[in-house]
Amino acid sequence: MKAFRILSRNIRDSFKSVFRNFSLSLASISCITITLIVVAVAIVLSLNVNNFTKIVEKDVTIVAFLDVDITEEEIDDVYDELLTLDNINCLSGESSGTCDKKDITFVDKMDISKDMMASSEVLDSIMKDYTRENSPIQDTYQIKVDDINLISKTADEIKEIENVDVVKYGEGMVEQLVSVFDAIRKGTIFMVIALIIVTAFLIANTIKITIMSRKREIEIMRLVGASNINIKLPFIFEGLLLGMFGSIIPIIITIYGYTALYDHFGGHLFTNFIKLIAPTPFVYLTSLGLLVIGMVVGMFGSARAVKKYLKI
Amino acid sequence: MDLIRMLNVKKTYKTGTTAIYDLNLSIEKGEFVFIIGATGCGKSTLIKMLYREEKPSSGKILVGGLDVGKIKNRKVYKLRRKIGVVFQNYQLLPNSTAYENVAFALEVLGLPKDEIHTKVMKVLDLVGLKNKAKQYPNHLSGGEQQRVAIARAIVNGPKILICDEPTGNLDPKTSMEIMEVLEAINELGTTILMVTHDIEIVKKMKKRVILLDSGRVVKDYKKGEYKRESI
Repeated sequence: MKAFRILSRNIRDSFKSVFRNFSLSLASISCITITLIVVAVAIVLSLNVNNFTKIVEKDVTIVAFLDVDITEEEIDDVYDELLTLDNINCLSGESSGTCDKKDITFVDKMDISKDMMASSEVLDSIMKDYTRENSPIQDTYQIKVDDINLISKTADEIKEIENVDVVKYGEGMVEQLVSVFDAIRKGTIFMVIALIIVTAFLIANTIKITIMSRKREIEIMRLVGASNINIKLPFIFEGLLLGMFGSIIPIIITIYGYTALYDHFGGHLFTNFIKLIAPTPFVYLTSLGLLVIGMVVGMFGSARAVKKYLKI
Repeated sequence: MDLIRMLNVKKTYKTGTTAIYDLNLSIEKGEFVFIIGATGCGKSTLIKMLYREEKPSSGKILVGGLDVGKIKNRKVYKLRRKIGVVFQNYQLLPNSTAYENVAFALEVLGLPKDEIHTKVMKVLDLVGLKNKAKQYPNHLSGGEQQRVAIARAIVNGPKILICDEPTGNLDPKTSMEIMEVLEAINELGTTILMVTHDIEIVKKMKKRVILLDSGRVVKDYKKGEYKRESI
């Protein structure tokens, strides 16, 4: 009961304090708001870049060309062999531990012929006499991998399968793409982390200035016999409140700004190739992240600043 | 019975300055003691050691049987709850009303709201500020602010009230009013230690007077003995 009274008093006092020291609180809140807006922009950019690179990576396909004279039975055998490979993207049933359907598509050579013939009159005249038996075109399996970093190994494993003639996946270019995307991803993550750290210092220092101006208050608290935790708690709650208030505008900007941006561009940036992340639940998760960053940094900033005057 | 005992206390600051030399002192429960002396004689250091704002470099300070020098920093609050302190500059929270300033000392103890209200109003009545409970410090005169500070210092019934030049910023008439309040508190059983430069007050009050010079007790006048020595 006593602890509850002390806690509720601390919460009440921290609310009072935010409003009584309004100009200083406003300075802290403004600093938190500005830095969190920068963090929000960095998070949105970084996650969209990551999303885009992942989409591109998912689109990378291994094409396994089968022997020209392969029988239908042997085509099925190749499929069974492909199912045993690990690094193939699972389409369904992954959560149950065993994959029900893997991302493997069979493309019949006659379908390829038809497409080629439809695309050009010259090809049409050349290929119209070919039947399934004498067509020089090969049946293919199009396989999407799970981890693009292991694509070369998976391609080698596919090549070892009987009746697989050639395996192509854009060797060289894919590796380059992977390393570029990897660098972009690491760069954006580093940028966000660095920004969060800078934000933490900025917010902590602003709150520190707010609290330094209340050195006297802390001295009086010590004088009347307030325990360290009793002194710290209202300031910690105050830091939490400042962080919470400071994250309101960044959250509004994230939710409404990003949704408006998404709608304005129709979900794609400049070209259909670059897809933006759908606003729901993305904006809400980002907002939650901003709120947590604001509150946690506010709390720790305050705790650090008060500690200085406690002679602990 | 001695409420405060100082045995061979010495205080040397980190800068190398020694403020108190080999000080021995006993103060009984219920006494009203003035500590006087020239600026820099060690008065403030002496009382700061009593409420453990400073630690003695050597020797022993016992307050109510408790060895003050041995209290850990994080446990100092327990001592502070037994000692009330009043300063020359009042040390009030500027953004809190007179009532809130006094109530604050009880809130940190986690007392129920009703009990806090009763005690605060009682003590504000004692210092004559019952009708100014809702005023903020900047709307109160110097004397009234000091009364609030006294009310805050005694609201949780401390055994000792330490006053560091409480009349230093006040005119003679207001100073005497503050002294009347302090005397009333002393009559209720609280031991009072008051550092002052105001010799007129000391003479009028006729209490025990300890004269310090260069960190040493040079004279200890019993109640009513002190007359007109200059400091």
